[in-house]
Amino acid sequence: MRLPYYPGCTLKTTAQNFEESALASARALGVELVELPRWNCCGTVHALAKDDVMHYLAPIRNLIRVEEMAESGLVDEKRVVTLCAMCYNTLKRANAVVKEDQEKMQKVREIMERENPYGGSVQVVHLLQVLRDLDWSKVADRVERPLKGLRVAPYYGCLLLRPRGFGIDDVDNPQVMERLLEALGAEVVNIPFKTKCCGAYHTVQMKEVVAELSHRILDQASSAGADMVATACPLCEYNLGPRQEEVKKLFRGFAPLPVVYFTQLMALAFGLEEATGFEQNDPDPRPALRARGLLKEES
Amino acid sequence: MSPEPSRLALRFKPENASFKAKVAELSGEEIDLCFQCGACSSGCPLTAEMDLLPSKVIRYVQLGEEAVLESKTIWVCSTCFNCEVRCPRGIDIANVMEALRQLMLRKKYDRVSLDALEPEELRGLPQIAIISNLRKLTA
Repeated sequence: MRLPYYPGCTLKTTAQNFEESALASARALGVELVELPRWNCCGTVHALAKDDVMHYLAPIRNLIRVEEMAESGLVDEKRVVTLCAMCYNTLKRANAVVKEDQEKMQKVREIMERENPYGGSVQVVHLLQVLRDLDWSKVADRVERPLKGLRVAPYYGCLLLRPRGFGIDDVDNPQVMERLLEALGAEVVNIPFKTKCCGAYHTVQMKEVVAELSHRILDQASSAGADMVATACPLCEYNLGPRQEEVKKLFRGFAPLPVVYFTQLMALAFGLEEATGFEQNDPDPRPALRARGLLKEES
Repeated sequence: MSPEPSRLALRFKPENASFKAKVAELSGEEIDLCFQCGACSSGCPLTAEMDLLPSKVIRYVQLGEEAVLESKTIWVCSTCFNCEVRCPRGIDIANVMEALRQLMLRKKYDRVSLDALEPEELRGLPQIAIISNLRKLTA
């Protein structure tokens, strides 16, 4: 199955480990993620103001690329797969609005007159939905190295689930990452704040506030005995991971807790160690994985 | 923002109608549905940084009080939509926050500037953080 794949900016820089592990794991399950040609930034946030047209251009232009790919036979479906939670949300919502609002659709087409007019035939999904649709038994069958004994706290954050009607799972108690982790052989650790905000873009000017919010999430995970947190968003990963430097300054005695992308754990369980990219994570998750016998001892 | 008590209109003043209508139009939300239950405020992860609780922001808008634009709250909101899923009246409070920010941003107001950051710090930030931050907080 060849599906169109929209990476987004951060997957090419600080979240390369997310992309590499996702592409390799999907391929191992028979899903070829084909990158959109000439894609552009989605804008990261959905345009909430009702009169906004300008900020629909970036996401919709990417959806035009998807229709073109399907037209030229590069992919089998017009279901575009995202990895980043913010890209997912932005593309999904822009798509929903222009399909509903013909006037806005018309304006978008007029402004982008040199592009093919968007036909509205694209469906925006997240990789977790694709995995769920494959069936978890298929994922479990592919596991070569079960993540036995590894205790993982799934963290969803905001934009995979909200607002209502746009999420990939139940808004209050999502289970998709839990089912995936179980299929991989890991032990799920539940935390009350798995859908609470990490502070998002406030990490730029209000990093102490982000550190407070991240600390609450991380502390719940570590006090529940988690070895690491799993996420699906490069901004959550940054706020919960590298921002632990700020957490340490605020909370004496704070013990670092690794934060990984769910796809990295999938690649590890599938025996695709070269695609895990754990060396890019901060804090380093490898000591915890070695302690569980899931990675070879350092030579 | 701490408005003088005398600026607090406890009843809706007809002269405030245009501000209220503007916020309703930009946000697409029916502001008068709010009955001040406070569910949005109780679920909001950022109230510790706010000067007005989210439910109070909605009350200001109901009253058409333009002073709400001076509130720190509208900039502290991270658009996480926790309030949206909690509201029993179906108001998307995040949309109202956005409308209030837009009213300021469209007057060429910049809430933040990247110039305040050390170059080294800026280099360490992922694009996703910088782009979304500037999209939300600058004109």
